[in-house]
Amino acid sequence: MSNLFNSMIGWIDKRFPLTSNWKAHLSEYYAPKNFNFWYFFGSLALLVLVNQLLTGIFLTMNYKPDASQAFASVEYIMRDVDYGWLIRYMHSTGASMFFVVVYLHMFRGMMYGSYRKPRELLWLVGMCIFFVLMSLAFTGYILPWGQMSYWGAQVIVSMFGAIPSVGEILQQWLLGDFTLSDAALNRFFAYHVVTLPLILLVLVFVHILALHETGSNNPDGIEIKENKNPSTGIPVDGIPFHPYYTVKDIVGVVVFLMVFCGIIFFAPEMGGYFLEYNNFIPANTLQTPDHIAPVWYFTPYYSMLRAVTVNFLGIDAKLWGVILMAGSVVIFCFLPWLDRSPVKSIRYKGPLFKIALTLFVISFFVLGWLGTKSPTPLYTLLAQIFTVIYFAFFILMPWYSKIDKTKPEPKRLKE
Amino acid sequence: MADSFSIDDEMSGRRKFLVAATSVAGGIAGVAIATPFLLSMMPSERAKAAGAPVEVDISKLEPGMLLMVEWRGRVVWVLNRTPDMLASLEKVEGDLADPTSEKKQQPDYAKNRTRSIKPEIFVTEGVCTHLGCSPVFRKDVAPADLGPDWLGGFFCPCHGSKFDLAGRVYKHVPAPTNLVVPPHVYLSDNRLLIGSESEGSA
Amino acid sequence: MKKITIALLILLSTASFSVIASEPGMPLDRAPVDITDDASLKRGAETFVNYCLTCHGASYMRYNRHRDIGYTNEEILEKLVFTGQKVGDLMQSAMRKKEGEEWFGVVPPDLSVIARSRGADWLYTYLRAFYRDDATGTGWNNLVFDRAAMPHVLYELQGNQKLVVKTSEKGDQKSLVLDQPGQLTKADYDKFVGDLVNYLVYLGEPHANERKKLGIEVMIFLFGFLGLAYLLKKEYWKDIH
Repeated sequence: MSNLFNSMIGWIDKRFPLTSNWKAHLSEYYAPKNFNFWYFFGSLALLVLVNQLLTGIFLTMNYKPDASQAFASVEYIMRDVDYGWLIRYMHSTGASMFFVVVYLHMFRGMMYGSYRKPRELLWLVGMCIFFVLMSLAFTGYILPWGQMSYWGAQVIVSMFGAIPSVGEILQQWLLGDFTLSDAALNRFFAYHVVTLPLILLVLVFVHILALHETGSNNPDGIEIKENKNPSTGIPVDGIPFHPYYTVKDIVGVVVFLMVFCGIIFFAPEMGGYFLEYNNFIPANTLQTPDHIAPVWYFTPYYSMLRAVTVNFLGIDAKLWGVILMAGSVVIFCFLPWLDRSPVKSIRYKGPLFKIALTLFVISFFVLGWLGTKSPTPLYTLLAQIFTVIYFAFFILMPWYSKIDKTKPEPKRLKE
Repeated sequence: MADSFSIDDEMSGRRKFLVAATSVAGGIAGVAIATPFLLSMMPSERAKAAGAPVEVDISKLEPGMLLMVEWRGRVVWVLNRTPDMLASLEKVEGDLADPTSEKKQQPDYAKNRTRSIKPEIFVTEGVCTHLGCSPVFRKDVAPADLGPDWLGGFFCPCHGSKFDLAGRVYKHVPAPTNLVVPPHVYLSDNRLLIGSESEGSA
Repeated sequence: MKKITIALLILLSTASFSVIASEPGMPLDRAPVDITDDASLKRGAETFVNYCLTCHGASYMRYNRHRDIGYTNEEILEKLVFTGQKVGDLMQSAMRKKEGEEWFGVVPPDLSVIARSRGADWLYTYLRAFYRDDATGTGWNNLVFDRAAMPHVLYELQGNQKLVVKTSEKGDQKSLVLDQPGQLTKADYDKFVGDLVNYLVYLGEPHANERKKLGIEVMIFLFGFLGLAYLLKKEYWKDIH
């Protein structure tokens, strides 16, 4: 039996690099042995990606990208298709959980300096994944063609109108009409199910390749490759990804699935955050809901969009809002070059960085919370203050990371 | 400096057991996840509702006339046969592949020479048992193209299969079996329900 | 002309929305929702087809889905289907969209997922908060939905309510008093509306009970799997030193 298996593998290996890839990426890919809680989210993101692809394919079998049928086809899936409700909830919950997992994954990188040399490209590819993910979420949210789908999309698309001189024509080109309509729904469907997933898959592949080239960072932020066992050539602080991290990740996956299934089966609307109440009303092009807010994962950026209320530097407030909103996401790309600290991990960084990161996280949450509320003068003021803090984290980083009092990095991983 | 791990080539009994148990549990989970996805591809409630039994009024169906009804997206024929047509059924039996309807292409109550509940009223799916084309009703006797022995029946233009006026297939044609008689029931003398054998599911 | 009227009505309804949003809003009463109570759901379903389905559709719902709540096909045909439709048909309203627009100024919304957009408590309060108001076209107004286009179709059961406004320093306190009793007592009417709202919640997501049941099985499995996975991890990580 095992002889037959071995000769089969041998047959394949002569024609396809199966065993060598298995070794390079799993059984002889050496990862630091001190991965903690935060290191589950990479593999979990992969799991959610698979979930989205699988459930998405099955949803397209019954969904109709037609303004007059879209809303009804979603309810058709929910009621008339066997287990359609389950597949739809898996997809809608998966969308939100994708962001939960990716935000935690990014936060891990910020804490342990995973964006620093030699992982700058890895970080940039990751940021590209994040942009594509946001586009996927946006185009996907339009598809049920409910009130929130319609008016949310209306707001986002109108932002392109803020771009000077070409804005209006660009907006029409994006929509294929003079207003958000069937034409836009149809093409956003194409982006959501074909274009963006293809790009995402390629980027994820590149992300993993880049990771396996540099090797994983770790909570101590030191390079395990610099300290190899001379007789075996294996990093002394490294352990094979398979089986050790596969069995560990299974535990993480099961815990994640418990949360995931808990939401799917017991709170699929998640109190109106994962599935918004107003999106159970079919899109009405004549009437905006009295309160519109984006889905929770976009609310921090949305807060910044509306935080600017005055024109300055000859640019009007609307365009500033758009610039800030775009800037708040793009600025992550510059992290590798903004951080001038001699150490990578928060474990050895000084108080300034810890304070800055804490303030950043607080501002992210406050902006997120404000994004779900109707604006009042107080809320707008708060949004302005926290927008400044948000950006200060990045813009002041070259300064505070340099003068910060750091501790020396150890030579070996701590147990 | 030594490696941080030492892995035995031979797995311990406990390790073997745990790997096997987790694999089995994972396999169960895999099957359990696949099930709803596969079931979602079955006909939906809408398809089932559209495929619900169809009620037909045959009071205006003259002898010799064929009525076409749609059931489950397929054509169902209701043919009111004349005495001549009924008489032809016995004459052609020598040329038929399955004259006594041994193959289960009809409900038990239609397993007779006329393949029907009432002798004159013939209900059948108008779908050739060869590759799904819809045959043509040819009641003309001995036409030039079908030869002098043709006493009326159904002729499939796609691949030339021939059936008699009870949907029974001729020998030496591509179609293997008789036409399918769908479940049907008479709600009253002239009201026919196609697609169901009980009156309650109308 | 008609278009202008519709536009005006839409404007009016949005305007009233913003009024509600700016007010602290009327506190909503808690709806007695229990979608495992088939008897209540059946009472609600029969009320729904008798009173609501005339104008509102529930056009994503099929009649035969009601076997979930304990009906047989024959019972569904007898108790729920009035318009000669088949048991597998969608619950479409008897009224045409155009007629609705002419009669009420707006097309009465489809109610299939109304409980998911409005919430059970809102519906429960709304259906009990109609009062006489001569200033409106229908002669009715509503405390939670000002100038609702819908007349009080259940008034024969509830009776007529009257608006009482108490002015104090805190602002106007609005409340309703029963002016003219209807066929039902207050407690019976509340129960009647409670059953209807319970049904609307079921209607919003007919699979909710099945979802929770399946969820419990999945969670139990995952707990077991977690134990195994944890032991497996422990076993392998003995190798690490």
